[in-house]
Amino acid sequence: MKVRLFMTGWFNVRQELSKERCKIVGWASFLLPILVWCMVSYVPYVWHPEVLVEKVGDVDYFQEGMRIDKAIFQEELVNMQREGKQVPEGQPANPIYLPAPHEVAKAFYNAFTTAPAQKDGLWMHESLWKSIKVIFWGFLISSIFGVPLGIFCGTYSVIARLFEPFIEFFRYLPAPAFGALMVAILGIYDGPKIAIIVIGTFFQQVLVISNTTRKLDYSLIEAAMTLGTGKWQLLKNVVVPGVLPSLYLDMRILLGWAWTYLIVAELIGTSSGITLYITQQARYQHFENVYAAIFVIGFIGLSTDLILAWIGKSMFRWNKPANKE
Amino acid sequence: MTKNSTAISLTSYLDQATEVKARFEKLKKREVILEVKNLTKIYKTNKGETIALKNVSFKTHKREFVCIIGPSGCGKSTLARILAGLESYSGGEVLLDGKLIEGPSRDRGMVFQGYTLFPWRTVKQNVMFGLEMNGMGVNQAGPEAELWLELVGLEKFGNSYPHELSGGMKQRVAIARALVNQPRILLMDEPFGALDAQTRAKMQAHLLEIWRNIDITIVFITHDLDEAIFLADRILVLKAHPGEVMELIEVPVPRPRHLNQNNSVEFLATKARLEALIHPHEELEKTEEPITQRMIRFVNVADNVE
Repeated sequence: MKVRLFMTGWFNVRQELSKERCKIVGWASFLLPILVWCMVSYVPYVWHPEVLVEKVGDVDYFQEGMRIDKAIFQEELVNMQREGKQVPEGQPANPIYLPAPHEVAKAFYNAFTTAPAQKDGLWMHESLWKSIKVIFWGFLISSIFGVPLGIFCGTYSVIARLFEPFIEFFRYLPAPAFGALMVAILGIYDGPKIAIIVIGTFFQQVLVISNTTRKLDYSLIEAAMTLGTGKWQLLKNVVVPGVLPSLYLDMRILLGWAWTYLIVAELIGTSSGITLYITQQARYQHFENVYAAIFVIGFIGLSTDLILAWIGKSMFRWNKPANKE
Repeated sequence: MTKNSTAISLTSYLDQATEVKARFEKLKKREVILEVKNLTKIYKTNKGETIALKNVSFKTHKREFVCIIGPSGCGKSTLARILAGLESYSGGEVLLDGKLIEGPSRDRGMVFQGYTLFPWRTVKQNVMFGLEMNGMGVNQAGPEAELWLELVGLEKFGNSYPHELSGGMKQRVAIARALVNQPRILLMDEPFGALDAQTRAKMQAHLLEIWRNIDITIVFITHDLDEAIFLADRILVLKAHPGEVMELIEVPVPRPRHLNQNNSVEFLATKARLEALIHPHEELEKTEEPITQRMIRFVNVADNVE
């Protein structure tokens, strides 16, 4: 059957695109930034504010492989020409902190294939694994307390009134501010790092989950009560199963927040994990490694979220607007 | 049927054919299940007090079908919610089997206007819910639930989720879910209000069929006059601001009911009486803004549609 499409434009207000278009736009969302990056890196006259010196000529302070400001290079070039000396030669280049895509790709490959330059240095995946462990424990400890408390707050007004004002206050305190304190209490290794993630996640978690719990359609609770459900049974049999899908979605978002606290957390005490890797590589001006490491965090974040989304979809098959017509 | 013989003698909704009269006498001899005495409900708001219900009293007998009808704002939904135990009241008493009601309980089942099935449970699990909450094991509750699903004709949909059902089916599940608990009375708060006219008519007939076959007393809230006359033994008419009982009408339309009775003398007489009670002419002008039209013609003078 031929389907008549009468809303075929790309910019219809709140209309979903066709499947092919979704795919195209989805890829474009990644390809566009990469394209911009490629343009800046490979098209010689886009940006390129510096010159990579290839032949020093007679300029006494130039060195081969040195990056020099375009204006200064031009000035020296003119100077040498005027004095009849050997002129320097060079290629337009970007600053060292912006490596080209292929360099980052190579660094990414090397990070997994060649041993680290420093003897005591860690492989990137080892650093990453450390970071993932910190996130895992931080998020787990926060959730063990935060999820039940959030559900209780959203269910019983008395608990909400008792806990929420203080939590509301506490969540404005920046988690990194507790760094020194946590080191004093928990030592210099993983303890304070996990603690920072817990502090950064827990308070938001309680508030977000209590809000989600409050959004459960009250008429479901009323219906359950007219079926003879006791006060305490309601929590287990109506509230918890009813909010589970939204709660799962909240947890996915909160896990993302936990990652944002990671970098600060890992600088506390002895730095470790992916942060140590990044700061070390930056110190040696291996910026392509820095980019590779940052992108890996992105990949891990996005792929865990996609996996969790997929698991959620199969876990909550019933989760479609059921009580609306 | 007796239509021709009664048509001559019936002039008022108060006249009842002999068999109808006999039925009502028998009904009133049954035990009283629900008794509401001087029920008053006052809402306290910032603007002061609003009286939602004032001195509402009535009795409902075992296996009676009562409809409560009234204009919007008459507190009929509030009344249903008070009977269910979902709302408190300011004065008077509500007695079920002679005992004061305290909060919601399984002896007063309720079907709501909105769909309130548990979306995470299958249809069968929804029906099992009440049994499980009251301590029955899943093994026992399962077959029981299936029996009631069969009663509402949804035995094939036991494993479907609520979002897969149509509105009418959802309300049938809701009825089965309430009935499986074997409540003393079933409260229904405009349960078919969101359904289209055809589904609604089917559901009404279906409900009467269920009511005929099981031991249940039904209190049914509606604002639809035809629905009330079609379903009810007696209709409790409320007025608004404040919600007070105007009349308890015994519906003279004989049972069993059919849709083709809608033009019978009894039906029309009852409807006329309800109309007069609920939409009196003077009242309308006082409470509601009349629709005033100042017609401006936007089409060609020659282009007439009527």
